[in-house]
Amino acid sequence: MTSFGRPLTRNEDPRLLRGEALFVDDVELPGLLHAAFLRSPHAHARLLAIDTAAARARPGVVAVVTAADLGEYWQPGPLLVPPPPVPGMEFHQRCQVPLVRDKARHVGEPVAMVLAESRYLAEDAVADILVDWESLPAVGDLEAALAADAPLVHDDLTSNVAARVHQARGDYAAAARAAHLVLKRRFTYDRGASIPMETRGIVADWDRRADRLTVWDTTQAPVVIRNGLAAMLGLSERQVRVVAPNIGGGFGPKMMMFYPEEVLVPWAALRLGRPVKWIEDRLEHFFATTHERSQIHDAEIALDAQGKILGVRDVFLHDTGAYDPYGLTVPLNSQCTLLGCYVVPAYDSAFTAVFTNRTLVTPYRGAGRQHGVFVMERLLDLAARALGIDRAEIRRRNFIPADAFPFDQGVIYQDFSRLSYDSGDYEPILDKALAAIGYDDFLARVQPTARAEGRALGIGLVCYVEGTGIGPYEGARVQVQGSGKVSLATGIGSQGQGHATAFAQVVAEQIGVDIRDVEVVTGDTDQFQWGVGTFASRGAVVAGSAAHEAAKVVRAKILRTAAAHFECAEADLVLADGAVTVAGTDRRIALGALAGLANPMRGAVTPGTEPGLEATRYFGPASGATASGVHAMILEIDRATLRPTILDYVVVHDCGTVINPLILAGQIHGGVAQGIGNAFFEKLAWDSEGQLLNASLADYLIPTALDVPRMRLEHTVTPSPLNPLGVKGAGEAGAIPVGALFAQAIEDALGLPARDIEIREMPLSPSRLWEITEGG
Amino acid sequence: MKITLRVNGTDHVREVEPRLLLSDFLRHEIGLTGTHVGCEHGVCGACTILWDGEPARACLAFAVQAEGHEIRTVESLSPGPGRLDALQQAFQDSHALQCGYCTPGILMTLTAFLAENPHPDEAAVREALSGNLCRCTGYQHIVDAVLRVAAA
Ligand code: FES
Ligand code: FES
Repeated sequence: MTSFGRPLTRNEDPRLLRGEALFVDDVELPGLLHAAFLRSPHAHARLLAIDTAAARARPGVVAVVTAADLGEYWQPGPLLVPPPPVPGMEFHQRCQVPLVRDKARHVGEPVAMVLAESRYLAEDAVADILVDWESLPAVGDLEAALAADAPLVHDDLTSNVAARVHQARGDYAAAARAAHLVLKRRFTYDRGASIPMETRGIVADWDRRADRLTVWDTTQAPVVIRNGLAAMLGLSERQVRVVAPNIGGGFGPKMMMFYPEEVLVPWAALRLGRPVKWIEDRLEHFFATTHERSQIHDAEIALDAQGKILGVRDVFLHDTGAYDPYGLTVPLNSQCTLLGCYVVPAYDSAFTAVFTNRTLVTPYRGAGRQHGVFVMERLLDLAARALGIDRAEIRRRNFIPADAFPFDQGVIYQDFSRLSYDSGDYEPILDKALAAIGYDDFLARVQPTARAEGRALGIGLVCYVEGTGIGPYEGARVQVQGSGKVSLATGIGSQGQGHATAFAQVVAEQIGVDIRDVEVVTGDTDQFQWGVGTFASRGAVVAGSAAHEAAKVVRAKILRTAAAHFECAEADLVLADGAVTVAGTDRRIALGALAGLANPMRGAVTPGTEPGLEATRYFGPASGATASGVHAMILEIDRATLRPTILDYVVVHDCGTVINPLILAGQIHGGVAQGIGNAFFEKLAWDSEGQLLNASLADYLIPTALDVPRMRLEHTVTPSPLNPLGVKGAGEAGAIPVGALFAQAIEDALGLPARDIEIREMPLSPSRLWEITEGG
Repeated sequence: MKITLRVNGTDHVREVEPRLLLSDFLRHEIGLTGTHVGCEHGVCGACTILWDGEPARACLAFAVQAEGHEIRTVESLSPGPGRLDALQQAFQDSHALQCGYCTPGILMTLTAFLAENPHPDEAAVREALSGNLCRCTGYQHIVDAVLRVAAA
């Protein structure tokens, strides 16, 4: 039976469950040194002097490194994502530095690195370092940062503007003039953090005899790290091996590069000739690992009397933090994803990215899509209310019709291609969601009954699209081993997405082996050295397609080799259960033996013959595959505490062909849980000096098992025409619409529309909700 | 100072600093890296071990304090090389782990929980689980795994 599409349990689990799997901090090497960092206590301060003498003198300390010690190696990091080719765009590249040299731009920016015989000693020595700071006023608020007299994050710029991008199509002004209704509102989305359970870490080992550097790194992009490190350190790529072993959650911030520690730890290992380990502690993580999500939108929607959208205008500010190495991926995603599932004849969107004295902003699960969905879905809710149209109905009226795909949105997307939806069919998703949550019954019966009992129950229902599976490319090498097992190597890393199983299913489908006999290797540049990384829900789509293509070639080689061996036609062969059989006979050869035949040790081969049963293929989609879905939920708000309890949660999702429904469910559950955190628990709180006030897991609360409800999932399938598997990514879908959903359901539960109160911000909390609803 | 710690039924003698955390002792002194650390301030539960049979945070104890106590880590759960116990198997069957970083701590919490409550309902499972943070799964499949064991 084919394994593709079935809910198979995972290949990677047994080792993880027994505590045998390797994570970065599990790497132990003889002579290992430990790094610890002195970090800026100020959000904005000039570094006047630094005295490391006492730290250097502490027994067990091997070295203390400051910016001055780095010499020529001190360079701002590379620009990871260049700005998009949008005409008239303005972009100021200011990338993070390895160690503060003249001024610190956010709390937690590294100032000095201590290397010692243990982490305990290294931290002791960090406390010995004396720094003379001249503290400067900090900018955090986006609008204040743009004031004429605002302190400058980068002194060589004339303002804190990092970028300005304007994209427009159609004539919004004309649409607004012709409209029956124009609504204008301000929406804000504040900062949160991804909080993988494993923090970042890196171990570097320079082997003098092999002339090679090995680096274990909690990165989502090992190949890119290897290439960058080689360039920085003056080595050839072949001299650097980067291993991203098991990674304890990524969610985007582990895609960021180069973090200062990533630049410094390998350098120290080379310089000192000893292996070096640095593991981020949770406090450091809150300051030093990237965040996401502050944006302020001033948005406007124009509609006709039937609720058809005529146009949308949006002007927004995006907080990029102290530096902008990740370019404009996040605000571009916001700009593009706002269009959602809808036909928007005129669209005018302009954003300004702003430098602030805060931790850098780079993509975190959703990567700006949340904001776009929040703004559009909120505008539709308000429009529905103003026009007396049902919430579901106004969405249905504006859906891109099923026969309009591929649908060109006419704006430039984060992959720099024109945003075009490959395929989709939105009404069946909405219908399924309405049925599953019992929408009509809830409004007609359940809610009024609950209200009569004094209970505040509300329903929410929002739609979204997710651009997934973008290029440029990934590759995969499939090889039949002498053992009869099949190996698959690819350049991406895995952070829990189940690649070792999903890719095995793709390969097993072609090669006729049990998925337990497919050994998937991800995240080791010695095993596969081309690739880009795990981001934008692209692993299954792009690397999965490459695996499929490579496996197809290996299948052909298997049949060709077996046909020659048995002297029969390929059509007479059956490839199944790890062997090739001549149909209707007992003539059979196991794949391992066949692999041996394909690699002769003596004699001549036909010219052009390649040894082995192996193939490498690359896949690069022309553009991304657009997944879509609807989330619906019923929640109850405790009127006394304003704490929400989710009574029912339904996700109907279309991510094209499904490789493994069990893994897909897990991705969606986890995404929704993060979405819930982002909507109602998680907000990084700062004071006016740019100090983060809740930098611990005791203060920054992520959802527990008591906060995340049981979710019910349903699917529709609209295969993507852009890849051979028909798949679309699913990694971020769970998280994207949850903020908009909470806002709508809370308004409904508390009867806020009747009181003219609107929820236009995320994240919320019981106290913030009280301020909004009770006018605090 | 010199201590002898009994971990998974074996005595380990080491010279340690008094301030060495039990989590660091387990991971870096005796190589039991299955116990993970996610916060080192007692909140996330990734470092949960059994201390005389009771779940405890290895990051909140010094190694020296564990002398004379029976410590169990995730490495002790498997009934034999390459095998899984019933709870571990249920985790695989229910897809109760993604990155697997939180998993060892959760397994230890639930091992103790199931020993005392062999047939819990969902609400009790969620309550028991609420001291362990998982950022990947949304908990639903973890709850399913426990209910699967409870039903067996
Ligand atoms: S590491 Fe011990 S509770 Fe988080
Ligand atoms: S599986 Fe990743 S934190 Fe739980």
